[in-house]
Amino acid sequence: MALKLYGAAMSTCTCRVLTCFHEKSLDFELVPVDLYAGEQKQPPFLAKNPFGQIPVLEDDDITLFESRAITSYVAEKFKGTGYDLIRHENLKEAAMVKVWTEVESHRYNPAIVPIVFQFLVAPLQGNSPDQTIIDANLEKLAKVLDIYEARLSSTKYLAGDFYSLADLHHLPYTYYLMKTPAASVVNERPHVKAWWEDISSRPAFKKLTEGMNYVRK
Amino acid sequence: MAVKVYGPATAVCPQRVMVCLLEKGVEFDLVHVDLDSGEQKLPEFLLKQPFGQVPVVEDGDFRLYESRAIIRYYAAKYEDRGTKSTGLHTRRESSESGSKVTPTWSKLSRRKLEKVLDVYEKRLSRSKYLAGESFTLADLSHMPATRYLISEAGLGHLVKDRKKLNAWWEDISSRPSWKKMIDLAGF
Repeated sequence: MALKLYGAAMSTCTCRVLTCFHEKSLDFELVPVDLYAGEQKQPPFLAKNPFGQIPVLEDDDITLFESRAITSYVAEKFKGTGYDLIRHENLKEAAMVKVWTEVESHRYNPAIVPIVFQFLVAPLQGNSPDQTIIDANLEKLAKVLDIYEARLSSTKYLAGDFYSLADLHHLPYTYYLMKTPAASVVNERPHVKAWWEDISSRPAFKKLTEGMNYVRK
Repeated sequence: MAVKVYGPATAVCPQRVMVCLLEKGVEFDLVHVDLDSGEQKLPEFLLKQPFGQVPVVEDGDFRLYESRAIIRYYAAKYEDRGTKSTGLHTRRESSESGSKVTPTWSKLSRRKLEKVLDVYEKRLSRSKYLAGESFTLADLSHMPATRYLISEAGLGHLVKDRKKLNAWWEDISSRPSWKKMIDLAGF
């Protein structure tokens, strides 16, 4: 089996890659990494990813890290298989996918990560959610989602009228956000809400949601 | 009709685009945007870029923003022209390096930055450039922020103290496209 993904079933970044695998109906092996034991920070794992984070993809002789780089690689390598996530036959559509992939990475992600962390991970570390951090980031996220709302009132998905990698990258963190009181930031925006309901109901993503829960084992 | 690049020549993200276009020999007109007066947040500009940031590229009636998306578009569009800077593997290096380094540099968080640069030092002892033996978008992407780090931020020793990193920087910053960009930016 060529594709080996090191990660964890509840990890957002691992799920970003797993969703991509499922959209393309690819065979792969998921090798669990014990985050609670800090396995990702130990030397054997650091040899794969010197930044000590999951996921890591091993494909024959190459090792990749950074989930968005992995999805990009997989979407390109297997562009002829399963769903075309990158519009590989149309340069301009492909460019729009890249634009909104960057938007997710540099604008959406930095705002949503601290919110999800406070609600879901901080309690596991014995802390209550820090409302100051949540509020500050919700304000940022709201501004970003106002732009998404405008965008999604003219196109069905972010890069155009086609589902793409740009939409997919939003799935894992948003899934967790929707389980918290912060879900209102999505629900209050009708086009964003409709887009969310659409992309989160795709079978490729639904396959993962059972494993997506932050419970200390 | 030349490609229009909106942004000041002195800003990091427009520079990323300019260097790429210079590498590919694509003619462009730089349209200055006055960041100090907040021109990028005015309604007319927000029509071009809803997040109110530079750069924006207009190529005929096709408009793009997000500098890393722009350079990938042009690298793909002109794959056979100028420097060959894309490839399956290079794509992953562009993504993985950029997000680790740029936010750290703008926050100037020394310890984090030094740890990241140590990883780069190790990487560059295995290959001449970040993605392998050829100069690619991965290296290009880093150039504007590295220059800023050395010049305005006065942290050049962080690069000079790392042998491979320094050699890499000396190499890539001697490229004609970079020198031309420095000229355009008036540095």
